Amino acid sequence: MTVTEARTSRGPATKGAPRTAPPVRTRLRRAATPWLFLAPALLLFLYFKFIPMAEAVRMSFQEVRPFLGNTYVGGANYSEIAGKSDFGAAVWHTVVLAVATTAGSIVLGMVLALLLEGQTRSLWFIRSAIFLPVVTAMAVVAEVWRVMYYPAEGGALNSVLSVIGLGPSEFLNSPDSSLASIAFVGVWRGAPYDMMIFLAGLAGVDRVLYEASAVDGASRFRRIWHVTLPGLRPVFAILLTLAAIRGLRIFTEVFLLTNGGPDGSTEVLLTLTYKLGLERNELGVAAAGTVLLFAILLVLTVASRVRRRGVR
Amino acid sequence: MRNDTALGLQEARGPWARVLRFVLYTVLFAVFAGPLLALMIGAFTPTVDPTQFTLFPDRLSLDNLERAIDRNVLDYLLNSFLVVGGGLALQVLVSVFAGYALARKRFRGSAVVLVLILATMMLPEEVLAVPLSVLLADLPVLHISLVGSLVGMIVPVAAWGFSILVMTEFMKEIPTELEESARLDGAGEFRVFWQVVLPLCRPALGVIGIFGFTMIWDQYMLPLLVATDPAQYTLPLALRSLRSDDQVGIGVLLVGAFLAMLPSVLAFLALQRSFIRGLTSGAVKG
Repeated sequence: MTVTEARTSRGPATKGAPRTAPPVRTRLRRAATPWLFLAPALLLFLYFKFIPMAEAVRMSFQEVRPFLGNTYVGGANYSEIAGKSDFGAAVWHTVVLAVATTAGSIVLGMVLALLLEGQTRSLWFIRSAIFLPVVTAMAVVAEVWRVMYYPAEGGALNSVLSVIGLGPSEFLNSPDSSLASIAFVGVWRGAPYDMMIFLAGLAGVDRVLYEASAVDGASRFRRIWHVTLPGLRPVFAILLTLAAIRGLRIFTEVFLLTNGGPDGSTEVLLTLTYKLGLERNELGVAAAGTVLLFAILLVLTVASRVRRRGVR
Repeated sequence: MRNDTALGLQEARGPWARVLRFVLYTVLFAVFAGPLLALMIGAFTPTVDPTQFTLFPDRLSLDNLERAIDRNVLDYLLNSFLVVGGGLALQVLVSVFAGYALARKRFRGSAVVLVLILATMMLPEEVLAVPLSVLLADLPVLHISLVGSLVGMIVPVAAWGFSILVMTEFMKEIPTELEESARLDGAGEFRVFWQVVLPLCRPALGVIGIFGFTMIWDQYMLPLLVATDPAQYTLPLALRSLRSDDQVGIGVLLVGAFLAMLPSVLAFLALQRSFIRGLTSGAVKG
């Protein structure tokens, strides 16, 4: 009795309240209050995140037959999807895209941040303009780049290339360049995002260190290498894990730019599960793919949390 | 030498430095904003073919706009606004409620709730597409189908982990004194929340407002799963079906894409400060 009372009176809400024991009903209401406020969020998450996840696990062990009833098939769906040659290719493409987009965005974002750091009005304007791809819906970005990548002479990007004596390239239409073209769009949209995070990190670097390095006669390059980059280390760590996890969920841009083609050269995990589940109606096999992706995401998230704790 | 920036690019004086800076800014602007600017211009030119996608058109015209209106772009735009309006209103409400409980109350289980919310951030609609497509057609217990109606695009986005976490962090910073004095004055739980805590959260409301807007506007998988008929298409979803038109080429698509870009760009420009604040706080959390 005294224990529970001590706990309730420790809460910030009751700090100033008189210390007499409140009646049972009041205490019940006080215990229920946070749950009432949380109820909408928790119910929605239950319905649209957790039940679907559980459903995916259940479906992955069944042969799903609408109206006929599902039958338990053990690990058959898993061995089927793992045995598909598309699946191995999709995993590979997903990893390549995630790595290329992440690395490209971080490097370019870092360069942009260094070039555009500062307080002047023109810098503020140019930073806002560069940031526009991030807030533009992915579907719009994909359609714009489909036009930019028009695979013949006279296409917007091919015209630019011809000025410097290259091209015309097939871009999305050739299995040789399709994956790189998608990665480029990812970097184009990812780099400005990373730039903003780096700018926040740059603002946090101690200005006294810059002055000290100037007094020591350090060159610009040495100043960046020895002062700025070490100061940005936590930003790198955050961006790397965040972007890697985001990269694995790539769907919309691939769906709209190539839909996995040409010749499956850009098929990723989520376009593959979408096709299996919603176009070919192999729901059980697609669910197995979902669960596998979920397992990878879980491992990466937990690993990044553990690592970050270790850094601290 | 001043030491305000890492690279010290702004400190260089003289005509050459100025020219170099101008060239640099122009190139960066062309690379990142150029394609979007060309989209905007292309929407208002007689463009018929991707080889005419340019920043410097010969003449302007409203033909594409008229054709696009014939192809129902305004209906798709209206659907998009309905989804983002309804979804954002619910999302903000759900987030402030949940944030209030997590930030201002101590209760058993709050740590578990936080972990669950973080877990939902690993489960976007893209990953859950296959089971969602089954569940949306027949929600467990309730046995309602959300397929084929805009409601199905609104309700699932109403709870978003990011918004809840931003609200929680912000509400933790509000001093308790005001709340306590309101309680002593006899204000009930809901009045304390609505009239004392919430008005102090305006900056955070700006953050979750602009982030929620861009997040819902960017939704693709959910409308793809829910829409069964072009009458329910949101504008981003409709773009794919506007792609090729024998008579007008890409003109209609450019108008659609331009209209789908405009609201989120305007919202960003209007609430830029909030956006960047949210970006940096959210990223540091992971």
